[in-house]
Amino acid sequence: MIWNEAERLPRKELEKLQLERLKKIVEWVYNRVPFYRKKFDEAGVKPEDIKHLQDIQKLPFTTKDDLRDNYPFGMFAVDLEDVVRVHASSGTTGKPTVVGYTKNDIELWAEVMARTLAAAGVTKKDIVQNAYGYGLFTGGLGVHYGAEKLGATVVPMSGGNTQKQVMLMKDFGSTVLACTPSYSLNIYEVAKEMGVDIKELPLRVGVFGAEPWSENMRREIESKMGIDAIDIYGLSEIIGPGVASECIEAKEGLHVFENHFLVEIINPETGEVLPYGEKGELVFTTLTKEAFPLIRYRTRDISWLNPEPCKCGRTTVRMARVTGRTDDMLIIRGVNVFPSQIEHILLEYEGLSPHYLIIVDRKGALDTMEIQIEVTEEIFSDEIKKLEWLAKKIENDIKDLIGVSAEVKLVEPKTIERSMGKAKRVIDKRKI
Amino acid sequence: MLVKQLSIFLENRSGRLEEITGILAENNVNIRALSLADTSDFGILRLIVDDPDKAEKVLKEKMITVSTNNVVAVVVPDKPGGLHSILVPLRDAGINIEYMYAFLAKHKDDAIIIFRFEDPESAIKVLEKANVTLISSQELLNM
Repeated sequence: MIWNEAERLPRKELEKLQLERLKKIVEWVYNRVPFYRKKFDEAGVKPEDIKHLQDIQKLPFTTKDDLRDNYPFGMFAVDLEDVVRVHASSGTTGKPTVVGYTKNDIELWAEVMARTLAAAGVTKKDIVQNAYGYGLFTGGLGVHYGAEKLGATVVPMSGGNTQKQVMLMKDFGSTVLACTPSYSLNIYEVAKEMGVDIKELPLRVGVFGAEPWSENMRREIESKMGIDAIDIYGLSEIIGPGVASECIEAKEGLHVFENHFLVEIINPETGEVLPYGEKGELVFTTLTKEAFPLIRYRTRDISWLNPEPCKCGRTTVRMARVTGRTDDMLIIRGVNVFPSQIEHILLEYEGLSPHYLIIVDRKGALDTMEIQIEVTEEIFSDEIKKLEWLAKKIENDIKDLIGVSAEVKLVEPKTIERSMGKAKRVIDKRKI
Repeated sequence: MLVKQLSIFLENRSGRLEEITGILAENNVNIRALSLADTSDFGILRLIVDDPDKAEKVLKEKMITVSTNNVVAVVVPDKPGGLHSILVPLRDAGINIEYMYAFLAKHKDDAIIIFRFEDPESAIKVLEKANVTLISSQELLNM
């Protein structure tokens, strides 16, 4: 379902609207945020230099470090009294990144989240069990406001308390589950232990995001739970969830809500803008946000853009599912490895658990990679040679497809920690 | 003449075996025979118990990876050449043994050998033809 007609504007009209809005936002930040004035001045560019959409390339990038340097409110473009809410990133590496919203921003967020949910096939008749964390993290409240705007019934469960998730899912007859893909599998397992088969419940759609996941993981979730699993994308700096979403009709790339967010793909090393179809780092400019506008924000997420019209009728450009971030990328003996590549290989094996952990270490001068895999009933054999053969085969696949050697270690079920939010896939013990 | 055996996946960490024996003790399951095969990372514990169905159920409830397999229990005279006399007909018939382990029967002069065959049905035929004594689950538990 298409929530807003803006999603199928003819490209010419859309681009005209984007240019108008871009001019406004550049002037807005230049006049209101000292950081931007200084950066634009240093780059020798003035708001009136923006005459065409391509002129955005004259503007400097904004990075995560810029946000940290201006912690907590230095990037806000309005007075704090006009800010009605703040959120913050988890800040695992230092201070969190703080973002602010005006009343209009909150309304915009609800609008793009309503579009997201509508694209996932959610309607006002649905019961949305929202298991994204509520709090500083944008996932919970983002889905909450969007689902309310859509008119659906929201069950604000937040993350965790998994047995209760299962109980309410069953008792309320929730039709939509919103959480991270890894948490959905955790809920599935706990349900199974409780004797509840999610396939038998009314649940029909999963709205999954906030962490990279593979196409095989989608298939696994869909067949185990009997639902449509939809990939959504967003990040707190841009607005939270609601930047892009797959449509249930195609499930082939995520429609970027382009009349609010302008998207570019760049070569992460040179900063050069890449044409459609080429893989690189996603860069977003917010076109309509008031409190926390961002100009050419480098997300570190890797994707590519597809401008082809989609069968759902939307005219917006689609971004390929994000399978890694430049910061998730492991460099092992000089080879770039994304955890999602490993996941994809593991899930090619029938019966292999989607819970895995990659442990990277350095012995002497050599990087080592160990992959822990849980031995499920499906793959267990009473013969050692069969288990060893399986481990060896996975090691060979990884070597063939990724080009690095890994050691596969079989571990007992449930020994790999289950996530309530973003799954931890990698432990890097290297001290460099 | 097939005997039900439990196989359990164990990580090579201290305390793992003790957890299994604890669960079985708590549930009053008696272990008749066992064998532990190990590699540097993991082991497989194979058990013959007096109540395999109950043991499987209580272990699964504790999220232990367990499977059941059919093995063949053979009576072997506890004297030189005893085992050899059984292996000869198996070799002649081209029957492959995946693994085996032995224990002594109480109050008797026989040893019991548990065989895991790739094809237990054919193995049983060969052994019966060679007049080897096979024992059923029930007999095994009463010994």
